[in-house]
Amino acid sequence: MKQLLVTPAPHAHSGDSVRRNMLLVILALLPAYVVSVLEFGWGALITAAISVLACVCTEWVISRFLLKEQKQTIGDLSAVLTGLLLAFNLPSGIDWWIVLIGAIVAIGVGKMTFGGLGQNPFNPALVGRVFLLISFPAQMTTWPVAKGFATSYLDAETGATPLYYLKHIVKTGDSSVIDQLPAFKDALLGAMGGSLGEVCALALIIGGIFLICTRVITWHIPVSIIATVALFAACTGWCGALPEGLGTCEYIGYELLTGGLMLGAFFMATDYVTSPMSACGKIIFGIGIGFIMMVIRTWGAYPEGMSFAILIMNACVPLLNKFRPQRFGEKKK
Amino acid sequence: MRTFKIGGVHPHDNKQFSAHQPITECPLPKQAIIPLVQHIGAPAQAVVAVGAKVKVGELLAKAGGFVSANICSPVSGTVTKIGDWKDAWGAPGQAIFIDVEGDEWLPEIDRTPDILRSCTLDPKAIIDKIAAAGIVGLGGACFPTHVKLLPPPGKKADVLIVNGVECEPYLTCDHQLMLEHGEEIIIGIEILKRALGVDRAIIGIENNKKDAIEHMTKLAQSKLGIEVIPLQLKYPQGGEKQLIDACIGRQVPSGALPIEVGAVVDNVATIYAVYEAVQKNKPLISRVMTVTGKKVLKPGNYSVRFGTPIDEVIALAGGVPADTGKIIGGGPMMGRAMDHTEGMPANKRLSGLLFLCEAESIRPEEENCIRCSKCVQACPMGLEPFLLQRLNELEMYDEMEKHDVMDCIDCGCCVFVCPAHRRLLDGIRPGKAKVGAILRERAAAK
Repeated sequence: MKQLLVTPAPHAHSGDSVRRNMLLVILALLPAYVVSVLEFGWGALITAAISVLACVCTEWVISRFLLKEQKQTIGDLSAVLTGLLLAFNLPSGIDWWIVLIGAIVAIGVGKMTFGGLGQNPFNPALVGRVFLLISFPAQMTTWPVAKGFATSYLDAETGATPLYYLKHIVKTGDSSVIDQLPAFKDALLGAMGGSLGEVCALALIIGGIFLICTRVITWHIPVSIIATVALFAACTGWCGALPEGLGTCEYIGYELLTGGLMLGAFFMATDYVTSPMSACGKIIFGIGIGFIMMVIRTWGAYPEGMSFAILIMNACVPLLNKFRPQRFGEKKK
Repeated sequence: MRTFKIGGVHPHDNKQFSAHQPITECPLPKQAIIPLVQHIGAPAQAVVAVGAKVKVGELLAKAGGFVSANICSPVSGTVTKIGDWKDAWGAPGQAIFIDVEGDEWLPEIDRTPDILRSCTLDPKAIIDKIAAAGIVGLGGACFPTHVKLLPPPGKKADVLIVNGVECEPYLTCDHQLMLEHGEEIIIGIEILKRALGVDRAIIGIENNKKDAIEHMTKLAQSKLGIEVIPLQLKYPQGGEKQLIDACIGRQVPSGALPIEVGAVVDNVATIYAVYEAVQKNKPLISRVMTVTGKKVLKPGNYSVRFGTPIDEVIALAGGVPADTGKIIGGGPMMGRAMDHTEGMPANKRLSGLLFLCEAESIRPEEENCIRCSKCVQACPMGLEPFLLQRLNELEMYDEMEKHDVMDCIDCGCCVFVCPAHRRLLDGIRPGKAKVGAILRERAAAK
């Protein structure tokens, strides 16, 4: 009889793979991307294409020529996902060489330096984004006005995201610019200024729910982030810190629907590698992100703090991993 | 519908191949090989000599300790050899070899098909009969059944939980047994209730066996204190601790036995054996095995006398399929892949034979851990498999102990879900063995 294969149990597998998970996240990002293309036209297409290509090439070049690996890992699609997420965090139509630098930093510094997929402590796309934000503050905060395929980068306005106005209103009590805030319908559907992928909250929520339903991510991180932000905003309202003309509910709505919150909560903070392992750890992680983000949005120098909040909490993950899952038969304390 | 609360996975149950195949008697072999270890605990000690003539049911080897079990002869014939033997995994042991002559049974064994419903024996007499019959848990662990029925002083069971879950994919022997011998199982449950002095029994059956749930519910209706609970489909629900949690919501603490929460768990096949031993004086000499696989010609449920070479059982099922890559003793989640089949006999431990084709057999290459936490979510014991595997690599056994590696039940859920195809258990198993050895050393030093 021919040789039988002997391996330890189990002899069955769910069929899940790293590639499948990455592919599902990319799929979940597509609705938001479609809206971005409709809003920003060619800029969204070109920025994303450069970012994805640059990320994949950077990973391949480093792994092939610097690390001299036998087996290349670009097939697992994680570099594609990093590229797409980086593009989502950039203003549409930003200069191509800035995207290129961002991609090289994201993959080169954020991921490969630590040993590739699974080893990086910080979300690579955010490492790239924050590097660019600090190095090229003017370009990174110049947002094109959404005009569909007629949009050109030359039409750009500076610093005109809803969060900028919101911060101005809350900080100075100047309610004269309230009419500059988008209608809720526009905030949900994406007709407002902002980074390439963050504008359409509705599409991002649909993508996020898809990820939860397909069990790619669990609810713990997004729900705890969103709940914390809502609670923080509600407290701001109840403390009477809001000027006339801006109700607490309206304020909560703007904090939730504008800026990078939905993108961050569903797609960036839930990055497998850089988030905690246990349910308890995940919830604390989410609360931390929501809290830090609101502190930056309310008192910090930047109108938006999602990237910083996630990176700071990424650094806490080894500590949060001390929170064990609930053991079987262990009495709840 | 009830189920256990932590973790668990949903493998394809693949029971369609052998489900509802009537239990078929496997012919007697020419030579029977009876290993002396067919249970957890000390090996049994042979009480027959070479040359002895034995009848079916005669004691061949007696229990070698408190946790051990008798072995009775499954065939009649002449003992030709008692000596070294290697199992299908290459592990050495002792076995009794018998040349089969005819099929002569001990006269006290009742071989009629009549169902004997009443039992008036006292608990001690029942437990003695079970011990004499060499009954062990037929669900997989092979723990001697009579030991479970003798709780340590100060502990008292208040409920008997009957395991009709059969959560391993592919296997259907317990399902078929419930359908064909449901009434005997109910009588067996009443006998065990009597032996334990409990007035409540719960039969847990997973929802993919609706006909068995219906059948057993109908049979249990007329009996006081026997309840059938349908359970949501989820692996590893047949694990003792998971089943108790699913049925009565009590969680056995780390390191403790089910008796700690007042429960005794027995598999339906074990209970059928109890019925036969107590009512019909028939010791445990055969069991139902599932022979299955996607390419097997005649997958089915076969009643096989222990000692029958599995090659003969395989022949009955149509032989080894052409592109077989793995032959597994048991189910795909916890069963062991065999190195060879020659000279390997059916025994108390072997609940089935599963043939996987080559494509299903090869484990995909491992990739980096992406820390997705799916293993943590899947672990039914609430452990951190990714961490335990890493700690084993680093030989940090103290840390492994602190992270409760001894609670691992070997169910394989973590490996099943890992998207990076990491072989977590390959690392956790040896680490657990090492920690176990350290713990025993520490206990001995005290």
